[in-house]
Parts: sequence; structure tokens; C-alpha cells
Amino acid sequence: MFNTALSAADLVFLAKGAGMTILVTAISVAIGTLLGILFGVIRVQLGAKLSLPLTFFLDIFRSVPLLIQLVLANAFMGMVLRLQVSGFTVACGVLSLYTAAYCAEIVRGGIDAVPATTRRAARSLGMSWMQDMRYIVAPLATRIALPSWIGLALGVMKDSALVYVVQVTELLKSTQILITRLQEPLFLLLICGAFYFLISFPLARFGGYLEKRWSHD
Amino acid sequence: MIEIQNVHKSFGPLKVLKGIDLTVEKGEVVTVIGGSGSGKSTLLTCINGLEPIDSGRILVDGTEVHARTTDLNRLRQKIGIVFQQWNAFPHLTVLENVTLAPRKVLGIDKAEAEAIAEKQLRHVGLGDKLSTFPSRLSGGQQQRMAIARALAMSPDYMLFDEVTSALDPQLVGEVLETLKMLAEEGMTMICVTHEMAFARDVSDRVAYFHKGIMAEIGAPEQIFGDPQHLETRAFLASVR
Repeated sequence: MFNTALSAADLVFLAKGAGMTILVTAISVAIGTLLGILFGVIRVQLGAKLSLPLTFFLDIFRSVPLLIQLVLANAFMGMVLRLQVSGFTVACGVLSLYTAAYCAEIVRGGIDAVPATTRRAARSLGMSWMQDMRYIVAPLATRIALPSWIGLALGVMKDSALVYVVQVTELLKSTQILITRLQEPLFLLLICGAFYFLISFPLARFGGYLEKRWSHD
Repeated sequence: MIEIQNVHKSFGPLKVLKGIDLTVEKGEVVTVIGGSGSGKSTLLTCINGLEPIDSGRILVDGTEVHARTTDLNRLRQKIGIVFQQWNAFPHLTVLENVTLAPRKVLGIDKAEAEAIAEKQLRHVGLGDKLSTFPSRLSGGQQQRMAIARALAMSPDYMLFDEVTSALDPQLVGEVLETLKMLAEEGMTMICVTHEMAFARDVSDRVAYFHKGIMAEIGAPEQIFGDPQHLETRAFLASVR
């Protein structure tokens, strides 16, 4: 009924591509989230005016297409700084900043959503700014920001398909290589899509699980 | 002792406090009444340094609240405040709401903090709600939890800012009973309230605020029975 030239070795090849997608995504989301929290807190603390330079810098990463950022960053490293940097490093660096730019907004929104009166109650009990941030703001803002953050992480995972332009063979690039050889584009894209789904699904479910656990209503 | 000396405070162009002088002795219960916008709630947030003041001084046991060198986090440990909106920490259980500050601010270990919290929660009638989340409590219960949370820091003074104003009428009584109990135990309290019967029953002195000025202060019998100030009379007539 159905004939394909796809071999077990090809599947392993795709799985390796998927592994690269997971690796690039995990590193970028981890670094990007840490930076995003830092930038988000700085933005809240400094206020709109003082944090304008930072906002402008982050807006660049949010508005320029990722593909262009990757190509330019790669060229900048090699041609301007004359540094021997691997495509993998460039990919993780650009994706991290890209994630951080979006994450900073999510963090800012989460912190702003914690009622000022709740924070005032914490401070009135003698808690310092840091204690208020750690024990009241962080847990509440995390609950508010989680759905957006999950969306961001899933988005970055799919956007990581673009890192092929800096010679990183991730899942989509691996699929394209197989398509060129086997000439079965639809079937291979179906499998590729299934791989993406398998990667995303647990993350999305994990988010749902946390949301459920945190709701006390 | 809380000493408020010629305190002025404004929000932008709006002058909220125009030279308030008030001394509250240890063990005294002072209630502050007055119309909305009279500055009575602002005064409370100034006493524990949540709001800066423009001029004047507030001294709590001799420590100037708004002095640059004052460690406000330390000072606030002895001044409990409960707000109109009870401001529960929604991600923590009732017990955790009450143990958080004693553990993190005072550095008391978990078991001891829980013992203190349980005692205070039983005191306000929430002994059976320890592991409940605030969202499952009624407004009155949340407000009593907020009172227990402040009491768990063993404050020397308690400030109550219209703590019954946001409650359904049938829940007001249980919170006022809690305040009365504290007053009878000798807690030094400043209560901003619209509950005139409560003010008459528990206060050592009642202060009437009008447009940022303390128009009148005296024993409850005098304020309610023989108000001297025209504005006080008009106000009391309007709330009766």
C-alpha cells in the first residue's frame, strides 16, 4: 500500500536533528529566560523612562526577523571581529537574546500584575524589597507569566529551524537533506512534523500541569 | 509611644495632612473617624513609613520613622498594620501566610513559627483553617487571617485601616469582635473606622479628622455626647 525508501538509519539521522533542535532550544530558552528575568526586573525597577535604552535594545531583537539576525551575527563574528565562532554558538547566542527580549516583556507584565496592595502588605510586615520579590512577587508573577512563557519556549523551539543558515543541522535541515536524497517531501515533512509535536507536547502538558497545581480555586 | 508632631503630607497638589499632632500612649486605643478624604488612612501609612511625609516628625518609641538612618524593615516589625483590603498572599495557605514573615524576617525556625501562627489563628477563630488557601475563605475570615498575620510578628502597636469597610455587613461583626478582644488585652491600637458604635465602645480617645486636620479629640463620651466642633456635629449627625 505504501512504499518508502526511508531506512532505520534515516530515522536515526532525523532523531539526531531533533536532538540538535532540543539542545539549541534548551540552551537558548535557559539563557534567554535568565536574561529576560534580569532585564524584566530592571525595567520594572527603573521605570519606563530610565530603562528606555534597554527597551530600545530589546526591541531590536523583537522586530528584526530572526533569519536576518542570524546571518548578520554570523558575519559580524567572522568578518568584523575575526573570531572563529561555531555556527552552534552563534545560533545559541542569537536565539538567547531573541528569547530574552520577549521574556523581559513577559516578566515585566507578570511583576506588574502582582497587586501593589499585596506587596505593600508584605513590606508592612517588615519584609525587605528582596524578600518581597522572592517570597511574594516571584511566585505570583511566575503563575501569571507561565502560559506566555510556555508559548515563548514553544515558539523558540520552532524558530530554531532557522539556525540552518549558520550551518547547524537541526530537525528541519535534516529533513531537507533526506528530501533531497529520497524525493519523498510530503511523507518526510509528516515525520518531521511528528517529531516537532513529540518535542512540544510534553512541554505544553507540563505547563498545563503546573497551572492546575497552582490554582487553588 | 507614638508621637506625631505637626505632620504635613501631600499627594501632588493635594494636601492630605495639614499639621497633625497626636500622641498615643502604650496600651491606649485611639480611633480615628471622619469623612473620606479627611487624611485618616494616609496618617496610618505614614506611621509605619509606607508613605513619606513632607514635614513634621513621627516618633515610634523615640525612633524617628522618616529619618534617613532609620531601618524601616526593622521598625515595621513592631508596628502591625491591617488594611481595608486584606491582601492575603494567595499562593500560600493560611498557616503559611502567617508564618512567612516570622520565619523570613525574624528568622524564627519553622516549628516555632507554626506554633506562634497556630496560636494567633486560633485566637482569631481560624484554628480549623490552617491548610486552607485564602481563596476558600470569606472576606471576614481573610481579614481575621490578616490580623493574625500581623499579630504573629508580636508587634507593640497595631494600626487598623478601615478593616471592615470592604466586608459584607454580616461579616463585619466577627472582625470587630476580634478588634475588641485585642483592645481588652491591652494592645496599643490606632483604628481608622466608620463603625461609630465600635469607636464608642472600645476607644480610650476618639479623634475626628476633617480635611487633613484633627478637628477634635477626646473621650468617646465627649465626642459622641457633646461634640465641640461644628464639623464633628455635622459628621456625627450624617452617619447616625
